Amino acid sequence: MAAEGKAIDALHQFQLAPVLGEFGEQYMFSQSALFMVAAVVCITALMVLGMARGAVVPGRLQSLAEASYEFVHDLVVGQVGDEGKKFFPFVFCLFMFVLFGNLLGLIPYAFTFTSHIAVTFALAALVFVLVTIVGLVIHGTHFFSYFFPEGAPKLLAPLIIPIEIISYLSRPVSLSVRLFANMVAGHVMLIVFATFVVMIGSAGVIGYFGAVLPLAINVILVGFELLVAFLQAYVFAILTSIYLHDAVHLH
Amino acid sequence: MSKSLRLAALTALALLPAAGSFAAEHEEHAGGMPQLRFDDPYLVAQVFWLLAIFALLYVLMAGFALPRVAKVLEARRSRIDGDLEAARAAKDRADAAMADHRSATARARAEAQAQVATAVARAQEELAVKTEAMNAKLAQQIEAAEAQIAAARGAAMGALRQVSADTAAAVVARIAGGADRGLVDAAVDRELSARGHA
Repeated sequence: MAAEGKAIDALHQFQLAPVLGEFGEQYMFSQSALFMVAAVVCITALMVLGMARGAVVPGRLQSLAEASYEFVHDLVVGQVGDEGKKFFPFVFCLFMFVLFGNLLGLIPYAFTFTSHIAVTFALAALVFVLVTIVGLVIHGTHFFSYFFPEGAPKLLAPLIIPIEIISYLSRPVSLSVRLFANMVAGHVMLIVFATFVVMIGSAGVIGYFGAVLPLAINVILVGFELLVAFLQAYVFAILTSIYLHDAVHLH
Repeated sequence: MSKSLRLAALTALALLPAAGSFAAEHEEHAGGMPQLRFDDPYLVAQVFWLLAIFALLYVLMAGFALPRVAKVLEARRSRIDGDLEAARAAKDRADAAMADHRSATARARAEAQAQVATAVARAQEELAVKTEAMNAKLAQQIEAAEAQIAAARGAAMGALRQVSADTAAAVVARIAGGADRGLVDAAVDRELSARGHA
């Protein structure tokens, strides 16, 4: 697959390329964008088809739709409080978009748009801008008192304020790099071990037995990556909620 | 304090899988990571596509899908509340019926006991009346029997005097040759009363 000679090319899978022929080239529509559309289609299908009947006793798909709704709803309200309800649709979109991006990326030959720092950073920047605007709208200039915790000694202000500002500004960086790095690492490992299977397997009869080990590791890795896919979406959503809590309540 | 701890724990947890394989990733740095080639026009276009597609998702969710879920959840909640309310009302009715039943039972038992008591009292009264009547009747019969006995005794005693007087008169007539019947009778009476047989 990704083996060129004896070298393993684990990064080729992240290369952007136009899809859908003419349209892709003209509008710079890459596989990344295609899978974003796929994620939106899947999420919308789940939430709309799942709730189509709106039954009192839900079926399987409706249970899944309701469970994702209530999971994110409880997360936002639990972190931010009742004021958080108006941010619920945004956090829900973030969570589902990241989750479906991660999960769709695990399908063989699929593209993982969450493995692109440009994508994760854009999402994190969106969160950062939203949180800052919310803080400024709710508290006005009082919002800047966030950078100097109440009760801290005045003498330490020259030290504390820069630290707080740096930690505030580094939020989008940590938020985006965490997701990006996790997805890249997982997919690199998957392709490295998959390449081992092919390389060792091509070494004759003994190779068939030798290839079982990296194959087994890859099976375990896929399960692990499913966990990471969910966990990273959860972390993205809960950190967004925590930031929103800070903006709404100022510590 | 606990919040920042939790945050740190979450972050550490999140970075854990990344840390292990970062080394492997760096070894494969042949032509650099495609994600970091910022001169790639597709990489920049990707961000615009992201913003457009994410905005579409937000509109679909916030404007259409999520309110529908909220409506269904709300309908279920209100239905469950309604059912619970109905169940509570039914239980209250059942409790009231049970209390009614219990008080009716108690009333019936009290009435029955009262009736039993009056019946017993009436029976005892009747029995007393009957006993009294029977006693009176028996006393009357005893009295009549005593009178009869007294009459019979009187008759017997009368006959005894007649026999005694006749015998005495005969004896006197045999010894003395003729007797005054009046004197004999008086003597017999005197003698009888002296012996207590008058």
